[in-house]
Amino acid sequence: MSTKAKEILTLALIVVFCLVFYIRKVSGGEGIIFSPLVSWLVIAAMIISLLWVLVLTIKGRLISRRVVFVYVGIALALPLFMPFSQKIPISPEVQALYDSVKTLKPGSKVLISFDYDPPSAPELQPMAESFIRLCFERDLKVIIMGLWPQGPQQANMALEKVLSDDKMKAKNLKYGEDYVNLGFQTGNEFVIQRMGTSFESMFPTDYRGTSYDSLPLVRNVKNFSNIEYSFNLSAGFPGSVEWVQIAVDRYGVQLGLGNTAVQAPQMYTYLNAGQVTGILGGMNGGAEFESLCHYKGKATKYMLSQSFSHMIVIAFIIIGNVAYFLSGRKSALKKK
Amino acid sequence: MRREIPLIITGVVGVGFLIQYFIPHAPFSYMSDWFSDWFSIVGACAIVLGALNLLKISAQKAIKRKKDWVYSLVIIASFLLIVIVGLLEGKDFRVAGTNFDWLYNYMYIPLSATMFAILAFFVASASYRAFRARNFEATLLLVAAFFVMLGRVPVGDVISNFMPEGWRLSNLASWVMNYPQSAGQRAIMIGIGLGIVSTSLRVILGIERSHIGGGK
Repeated sequence: MSTKAKEILTLALIVVFCLVFYIRKVSGGEGIIFSPLVSWLVIAAMIISLLWVLVLTIKGRLISRRVVFVYVGIALALPLFMPFSQKIPISPEVQALYDSVKTLKPGSKVLISFDYDPPSAPELQPMAESFIRLCFERDLKVIIMGLWPQGPQQANMALEKVLSDDKMKAKNLKYGEDYVNLGFQTGNEFVIQRMGTSFESMFPTDYRGTSYDSLPLVRNVKNFSNIEYSFNLSAGFPGSVEWVQIAVDRYGVQLGLGNTAVQAPQMYTYLNAGQVTGILGGMNGGAEFESLCHYKGKATKYMLSQSFSHMIVIAFIIIGNVAYFLSGRKSALKKK
Repeated sequence: MRREIPLIITGVVGVGFLIQYFIPHAPFSYMSDWFSDWFSIVGACAIVLGALNLLKISAQKAIKRKKDWVYSLVIIASFLLIVIVGLLEGKDFRVAGTNFDWLYNYMYIPLSATMFAILAFFVASASYRAFRARNFEATLLLVAAFFVMLGRVPVGDVISNFMPEGWRLSNLASWVMNYPQSAGQRAIMIGIGLGIVSTSLRVILGIERSHIGGGK
């Protein structure tokens, strides 16, 4: 079978797989969950096939990158249907962020900056939802803004999800009094700098066009000194670095961070220096936070896929290194 | 004078900004607010300018039938579609249930998420082909990556469950992130910071003139 034919066959299988699940969902059927036996059989099949790949590599037959793609696809997709739950260990930085929010008194104003767009949403949206949920549960007032154009739109989606919960409906939360979305403002770090003296000058209206003065929640918020806590969800520039350098260093804002896994390592320097109260790093950070909030959101659901994909990457690094050492340390794989 | 005036403006504004950062009181604080407001205004204009520029370049490419000109047509069509729908919706275009919201939820989000998701496949493939224990430093990086990748997911603690509390893979990953990684990041950040200071001083003093088009 030619490579092209194999690619078409794989694509066809994926399309059929997706269609089956879509039709089941549309027809009102329950979501498909593998039984534990099937799940273990799938895991065993993956381990055996990986060992087979290792044997092939030792024999000198190297696999192509397409095979790696298929393995990653399987490792990401199939765990979504497995019934296993994992105990999520809580890291100190996530615990610290949770504790800092817990110390806030009811009625305290929390500023959340949504500085990301849809590509980073799988990592940051679960954090946004669980953080907003925690704020509402603790009767904190939420002020939303964005330094990225799509940020406030993502905030609306998070709000919609949180407010659809029965517990939240019972609280009868009102826009303008309990939460407000100020929208996007261009100007990157200069927006933060200007907010240090006047919020209103940067956000004369909210995202709906309502004037700042007519919003009871923010009417008396002049600058950062009227905000008790800030949380920044960031996927790059402008984002967490700018919030630390201006809002924290210059105006003494108490700041917590939610970052993509790529960006999080840079933020540990600020955490260790005491400039931020805590960090939620990547989907794992989101899952840890959900665990602390006793809420099973998307981050928790996706952790099994994350575990499998990490294991697959590690397995292929080992296989790649076996090939490298067996081939007399020549980079034979580059040709593949 | 065409070169001197921009240099003088750059120098004066640069020094002004330095002063207002360290002396946040009147009259310097007014200057900071004034510049911040103007930066937002210029930024807003730049967004429009950038969008129109993208449209112009794409149109030129499509008209001249340059390589991959079909993609330029897709850009123009997508641009016009989202702008027209947004304008027709009025000021509430972002509210849930609007056509703009539909386009955002069911076209923009899946397309951009797909582009980003492809990264997972390339990272795995690149790790397989290029992540080698070539020497001591590379081996150290490889071992650290193993610990962090395993320690950052719950399965890491399942594997190292036999270890005493505080010595499991999640603890090891936290240690790597908080100490060696943090130290490396600090070195990079301090280096970048010093680079920014020296470059800024060169610009303020007029030694670096590339931003006004020419000279060293």
